[in-house]
Order: sequence, then C-alpha cells, then structure tokens
Amino acid sequence: MDPVNRPSADPARNPPPSLEVSGLAYAYPDGHQALFGVDLTVGRGERVALLGPNGAGKTTLVLHLNGILDAGAGTVRVAGLPVEKRNLGEIRRRVGIVFQDPDDQLFMPTVREDVAFGPAAGGLRGTELDERVTEALEQVGMAGYGDRPPHHLSFGQRRRVAVATVLAMRPEILVLDEPSSNLDPASRRELADILRSLDVTVLMVTHDLPYALELCGRAVILSDGVIAADDRTQSLLCDEELMRTHRLELPFGFDPRSVKVT
Amino acid sequence: MGHAHRLYRHGESPVHRLPPHCKLLAAFAFVVVVVSTPREAVWAFVLYALLLAGAAGLARLPARFVLKRLVIEVPFVAFALLMPFVVPGEQTEVLGLTVSVPGLWGAWNVLAKGTLGVGASVLLAATTELRALLRGLQRLKLPPLLVQIASFMVRYGDVVTDEMRRMSIARRSRGFEARGVRQWGVLAKSAGALFIRSYERGERVHLAMVSRGYTGSMPVIDEVTASRAQWAYAAALPLLALVVCLVGWTL
Repeated sequence: MDPVNRPSADPARNPPPSLEVSGLAYAYPDGHQALFGVDLTVGRGERVALLGPNGAGKTTLVLHLNGILDAGAGTVRVAGLPVEKRNLGEIRRRVGIVFQDPDDQLFMPTVREDVAFGPAAGGLRGTELDERVTEALEQVGMAGYGDRPPHHLSFGQRRRVAVATVLAMRPEILVLDEPSSNLDPASRRELADILRSLDVTVLMVTHDLPYALELCGRAVILSDGVIAADDRTQSLLCDEELMRTHRLELPFGFDPRSVKVT
Repeated sequence: MGHAHRLYRHGESPVHRLPPHCKLLAAFAFVVVVVSTPREAVWAFVLYALLLAGAAGLARLPARFVLKRLVIEVPFVAFALLMPFVVPGEQTEVLGLTVSVPGLWGAWNVLAKGTLGVGASVLLAATTELRALLRGLQRLKLPPLLVQIASFMVRYGDVVTDEMRRMSIARRSRGFEARGVRQWGVLAKSAGALFIRSYERGERVHLAMVSRGYTGSMPVIDEVTASRAQWAYAAALPLLALVVCLVGWTL
C-alpha cells in the first residue's frame, strides 16, 4: 500500500471505489495469456457493463475479482481492500458473483438454505441469519419460496434466487455473468427492475447490448485482454467503427440512438 | 412430488416431530438389537414386529403404505428361500419337499431380521424428510464429506436425470434406436459424456461455493437440537427391544 496513492480525504466521507483493477495480467498454466494489463475503476453505486466478444478474457477477469485466480501481475482492490490470500474471506463476502447457470449457483437442497449459505459461512447464526435470508429474498421478490427446492422453480425464478444468494452477503459489488441469458422477455424485464431497485455497485458481463444500455450508464469493452474502450454505454453502442472492430453487434432493428437514456 | 422424496409421508405425528438425529440413532440401535437376537427365539421377533407396528401406529402410517414399501425386500427374500435347498445338513420334509434344517433356520434368520430392518428404515424414511435426515447425520458427526456428497446427490439427482433425458431425446431425434448389443457402444459413449458433463458441473458448483466463502466444511444453517424428553421418547423403541433381546438370550 503506497500512502502517496491513497485518497487524502476522509475515507468515511469519500469512500474508496468499489472496484479498482490496475495493470492486471494473467496467463493460464498452459501458457495462454488471457489478460494483458487491465485497468478498470468502478465507483460506489455505479452500474457498469463489461462487453466483449467471446474469448476476450471476461470470465478470466471476473475470476480475479474475488481471488479465484491469482493475478500474474497487477492488483485488484475491492473498496480499498487488496485481493490477497489473507483477505480472501472478506473479499469473497464483498464481491458477489452470480454465475451464468443458476443450477451451478444453487447447490443446497432448499432456496432458504442456499441463500443462507454465504452469510452462514461468514459466521452468522440464528435469528440474524433468518433476517438476512428474508431480506435478500424480499429484494428479489421471492420471499414466499424459501422452502422450495431450487429445481422446482422456473428458470427466471432460479436466476432471481441466485442473485439473492449473493445479496444475502451484503456485497460491495454485484458481478453478474450474462444475467439475461435464457430468460424469457418477462423474466428479463423483472430482473432488470430488481437490479435497478438495488442500492449496490454492479458490474455486468453481457452480450445483451440492449440490456446493457437499459441498465448501465457506463460500459467498457474488453478485447484481446485489455480494456479497449470505456465510455457512456450509448456512445459506445453508437460508434459503429468501434463495435465492428471488437465483433460486437446489435440485434436486428435495434437503434441505440433512438433510446432515451435516463 | 412436492418438496419431499417418495418414501416420505407428510404428517404431524409425534414421531414426525422428533429431531432427525434421535430417530436415526433409535432406528440404528433397534436394528443392532434385532440382529443380535438368537434366531431360535421366534417369539422375540414377533414382539419386535409388534413394537414396530406400534411405532408405525404412533406415526399414523397406514399399514398398506408400510407393506407396499416393504416390497423392496423381495430380492433378499428370494435369496432366503433358496437357503433350505442349498445349505448342507440334517434333512427334513416340509410339504413334501426335502429341505435342510440349518437351511431353514438360516432362511428364517435372514427373513425375520431383514424384514424388521427394512421395516425400521421404512418407518424412519416415512417420518423424516431427506433434508432433515442429512441434518441429523451432520449432527451425529458423520464425516462431513459423506454428508456433503449425500446432500449433492439430493440436489443434483434431478438435474443429472434431466440431462440424461435430453441426451436421449437428442439421440432418438437423429434416428438412433437402442435395439441390441450393437448399439451398446453408443449408449456407453453417452454414459461417458454424461459423466464428463457432471464432472464439469461439479467444478462449476465448487467455484460458486468457493465464491461464497466455502472453505471445506458446510456451515451449520439449521441447528438441530433435542430435549431430554425427545431423546427418551425416541429411545423407547430400541430400549424395549433390548429388554426382549436380553430375555431371549437368558431363556
């Protein structure tokens, strides 16, 4: 920790950004290098879309955020706390990753036990734990489903419960891997409403560009292991040259200029 | 199916309400007592059966329900029925058939003890939800890895079956029909593919667990506790059985 680089203002009034990635590089053990120096800062309460073609290194980046993968070079900080071996417990509480397949995310016999898993692993017990579970399930509109086994829920419901499982840990930042994949339009909209209602920093990995535009004011493009662009989502999507360079395509008939972004 | 497994019968009886680890221990102790009873004490086994029937009555399980689930024992019965014909020893005649006396005793032994054991398990399964059973095992300090494996079987059994069904539909959609030995190769490859898929899912699930703070042991989410009265209630069945057993040995 270099004191020169620390914000000089009072940390209580000026909290550190939710996520600070700097100079992050990583090569897989087989020698394939996936990240070549990624720099990305996500402020408190921001919602940022992480876009990029397949194989750009998005998943690799996500797995660095909570220390599943060890950085080859560079650093990751979550609300000021560096991702290091001795901090991993706290880091994994602060970074809530929602994986793409809810069947992977929901591994306990019932919804309630699954939502309780994270906080219980953190040491919460008894009524406090129950309150935390109820609160998280209410946030995603699934309060009445605690005793159901996950495989008896619809896909959209399972995705929402998956979000609740990490919300229950009161994360600093919510990382969503393809949150809209496999959802029907109604479930897709319901999830968007939920995500908008949450008071939490969001990093959303997605190929669903209209969804990114709908939910995230800012977007970054990860391409060939570096951040190739970082701008307002609408400006990025309107830049045809940039989009083509990074193999990003809008769905047929969708014009990002026609959308009024609030 | 609801939220329960097929062996479970929803109810509010005092047996249903007992904490799972008490029931597990009671059932186990009962089986141990039954198995250690001398086979010649035929009357003891009748008493055991009556004890079990009494417990089933307290649990308000209909006799039909219990008897239907006892059918699982049939393969063992077949084995037991073979014994009088294959075990060497003194011969006797029953209904015009020559059978061996030690074989008859052996068959009776397997049949009586097996049936009582299955009966106790059916009773346990019918009054305890799967999740509760797992919590009970956890509470009884069964090696945590075994409990976790069992709990993942409960969670992912349907997911894997579903995957298997989809693969079978995909096979049949491309004109495959399993008609004979020649098609076994395809089936074996499908089984292999299913294994690899499940293995990879296991890796992804592990990733999701680690991401939520898993460090090798499952956190205790629902504490199961038992009062002294509950222990006493659960102990009634094996203790009564023990008395019968001791009398059986001394007579």
